[in-house]
Parts: sequence; C-alpha cells; structure tokens
Amino acid sequence: MPDGAYNYAYLDEQTKRMIRRAILKAVAVPGYQVPFGGREMPLPYGWGTGGIQVTAAIIGQDDTLKVIDQGADDTTNAVSIRRFFARVADVATTTRTEEATVIQTRHRVPETPLKDGQILVFQVPIPEPLRMLEPRETETRTLHALTEYGVMQVSLYESIARHGRIAKTYNYPVLVNGRYMMSPSPIPKFDNPKLDNNPALQLYGAGREKRIYAVPPYTSVKSLDFEDHPFEIETWTECCALCDSKESFLDEMIVDDAGKRMFVCSDTDYCQERQQQHRPEKT
Amino acid sequence: MSDTPLLSVRALTKRFGGRVACHDVSFDLWPGEVLGIVGESGSGKTTLLNCLAGRLEPDAGSVSYETASMGTVDVHRLSEARRRLLARTEWGFVNQDARDGLRMGVSAGANIGERLMAIGARHYGEIRGSASEWLGRVEIDLDRLDDRPTTFSGGMRQRLQIARNLVSNPRLVFMDEPTGGLDVSVQARILDLLRGLVDRFHLSAVLVTHDLGVARLLTHRLMVMQGGAVIEQGLTDQVLDDPQHAYTQMLVASILPV
Repeated sequence: MPDGAYNYAYLDEQTKRMIRRAILKAVAVPGYQVPFGGREMPLPYGWGTGGIQVTAAIIGQDDTLKVIDQGADDTTNAVSIRRFFARVADVATTTRTEEATVIQTRHRVPETPLKDGQILVFQVPIPEPLRMLEPRETETRTLHALTEYGVMQVSLYESIARHGRIAKTYNYPVLVNGRYMMSPSPIPKFDNPKLDNNPALQLYGAGREKRIYAVPPYTSVKSLDFEDHPFEIETWTECCALCDSKESFLDEMIVDDAGKRMFVCSDTDYCQERQQQHRPEKT
Repeated sequence: MSDTPLLSVRALTKRFGGRVACHDVSFDLWPGEVLGIVGESGSGKTTLLNCLAGRLEPDAGSVSYETASMGTVDVHRLSEARRRLLARTEWGFVNQDARDGLRMGVSAGANIGERLMAIGARHYGEIRGSASEWLGRVEIDLDRLDDRPTTFSGGMRQRLQIARNLVSNPRLVFMDEPTGGLDVSVQARILDLLRGLVDRFHLSAVLVTHDLGVARLLTHRLMVMQGGAVIEQGLTDQVLDDPQHAYTQMLVASILPV
C-alpha cells in the first residue's frame, strides 16, 4: 500500500497534470526543451530531481520500475529512488531491464535492447547543449529557433585541432529528428547510437533548470561529426572480467595498492545475466 | 559596372528616447565602393552603421540591399532568420574591439572556420585549409593556426577578425573603427592589408572612423556627420581638400601636422 501521508507518487495531482502536459508537448516536438514548473523534491538538486518528477508524473500501479545510476542497480541513489517509489507509488520494482516498464537512469542506457512500450527517463543536469558555448539563454533560444548550430561544430573543430580527434566522450551533442540540437545528458558517447531509432520512449527531465524534453520511439538521433572525422564510440582491448563481454561499456577499476586493474561491465544487470547464462556451474 | 546601388539608404532616423542619434540620412553605396563616415564622437556614426547592418531597428526610413540571389530586400523587413543568414554570408562586420568580434576561447583556425561551419561546411580538412589560406592572406604566421586569440597582439587580433569576416566571400563589409586603439605602425599595416583585400576581392565597404588619415587612405567617398545629421558628403579628396561646411573645415584643420 502507498504511504497514506502522501498523494499517490508523492506529487499532487495538479502538478502531475502540469508535468504530463509538458511531456506531451516535448514528445510532439522531439528534442525541444519545454519549460515546466519544477517542484522541490525530497532529494537535493543534482541527484535526479528532474527524472524523479517525470517518473512520478507517468508512473501507475501496473508499472514495474527499474532505477540505475552509472549502469548499476545497487548504488545509493538508485536504491533510494527505487525505494521511494515503492513506498509512495506502490509499484513493483525490478533490476531486470526486460521486465521494467519504466527505467529511470543516470549516465547510462541499458545494454539490453529496449522494447516497444518501455519508457526510459533520464536525469539531466544541464539540458542546454549550447550552454558552454553561449551563456545567454535568449541567444541559445534564438539559435534553436533558427537552427543555427554552427557554433557546436566549432567546438568539435577545436577538439580535433587540439587533440587530433573529437575528444568529447560524454554528453556528446546530437541532432534529433533533423531539427533540434539536444544534450543526451551525461551518458557516454558509447550509448549515443542506442538513442537512434529506439523503440522505447525517451524522456529527459532537468529539475534545477526546469526543462523537459523527449525523443519519441523510432526517431532519428544523429551524433554530430565531420565528414573526415566521423563519430566513433569507445572501444576496449579487454573484455569484462566477470562475464567476458566484449560488447558492453566497461568500467576500469583499480583493485589493489599496486595498481592492478580490472575491467567490468558498468551495466550490472546485463553482467549478472550473462554470468548466469554462461557460467551456471559457478552460481 | 552595375547600375543598381548595392545599398540604398533613405531618410533613416534613429532616436534613443528624446535623443536623436541619426537624422534623415540618405545615401547610395555602389558595388566596389568604400564609403567613409567621419565625425566627432557622439555624432551618430556607429548608430548609423548598426542600423545599416540590421543590428538596430531604425525609427524611420529604409535600408535596401541588392542581394546576390534574392533580388533587392529591405533589411529591416526581412525575417530575423534571413537577416542573420545575410549577415553571415554576404556581409562582414569588423568591430573596433576585436574581442567583440572573435571567439576568444577557441583557436584562430576555429574562429576563421566558424562562418564556413555555420553555412554547412562539414569537412574538417577543407575548413582547416581555408583557415590557413586566410591566415596567410592577413599575414599571420601559419604556426599560430591552433593558438587562441588571447595569445595574439592587438594588431593580430584585428587581422584575425578581418580574416574571419572575409572567409565567406562577403560582398559588403561594415567596419567600425577597425584601426582604433592600435599604434601607428600597426595601423599602417592593417590599412595596407585592407586596401589590398578590398581591391582584390572587389569588396564594398562602409567604414566608420574618426581618423581622417584612415578615411583619406581607404575610402572613395566621405560623409561627415555632426549631431546625427550628414552635413557634407562627396569624394574623399574633394571633401578633405576643399571642405565647405564650417565643421568639416574645423575637422580638417585639427589634424595634427607631423
């Protein structure tokens, strides 16, 4: 049963309606940042206030919620948010990607391909992709309105000039549906290709900046690049030390004082599933 | 030569509240011509230039521009999108302070390449090629291509700003005191460079300056402004050698003899 002291899913009904209206508008104009009246949430800005409000507005009792932080289901933030919704919205929770209907995420897209009907909710710190290049909000809005995105290309040029390649590895700018420049939130660029033409609905919530934007299912999401310096994702020479995966995004961990290193999948659910499939004798 | 003027200004007036910055200014600028606007500070030169370049909305009057592809347009009736497109393809704007016209946080090459990328260039090698070519044209060493303008001297920044504007082959360049605040030898070099580029690329330009020496060297025609109104205009040599208006006579007489 939900906690009786709070309205269902914590936010009051009028607030949820307001957020749903913003979400509908965001879905109708893919990549466009819709302002909304962000509320104070029981966790600090930067910990996922945007994502948690979006989740609260869309979640229902039939949903199954998964929350990941940097790919992992068992970090403090992920556990707290999952418990929060179990308490105030009485929803089933899971760590399995394929069982979830709503997945709130920070910094990763799950390795397991998403399906029709699933919703991926991103926590976004800085929704404006042009912010570091143009500090004025009035000017960035004009640039979006007129599709003037040359300045983003300038930043990529500068990166190649200085490092010999496009050195940006996370929050890599994308063009949604051939129209709006969008910040994919600080996911590694490894995950950018997964955003393109994805069957799941992607919702992005920024709590401090009070913006919601969305990528509807099966929408084109193109990472910016140059003809002679095409977009590339990270690669590793190692494979995961736990599940031997060569396809997933690997975290490098230092395991002792002598500097011994180990590479493991950042997506814990994907990794565990592979371990169970491939080494059943060990479990 | 063409028989339509490139820029045609009629009865342009701009007020800031009760203060009149430009009053009833009319003139034509012909292709390949460099027009100078001189006058003391506060006489409305820069305001006029900003109105011409579409950066300020005038209170009355019109500015029509003969575009390369779209025929004649009224600069202030265009949609913002079209005006900005015009400003980064067919026009250039050289600011007095190079810091206003440059991106100080990115390299010289990126500064020059920005316009190309804004109009759709997506080949790194080609953008870099054009950037080095223009760096050479404005006489900056090629090994400075990846340095930021913050490490450049004032004169180099000004030359970089010129390159950044000319890379898209504009037809009309607005210049607001391009040599103001630079020492005399650097001024001479930039003037020499500008003269060469205007000649070579058949540029038209509107040049605002308070330095009559600069006007004499660069401009074909001269407009003298005082208190927001044009009090005298004509061929540069004619105006400077035989000034008619009392204010112009005073202006010419106050040049320091060397």
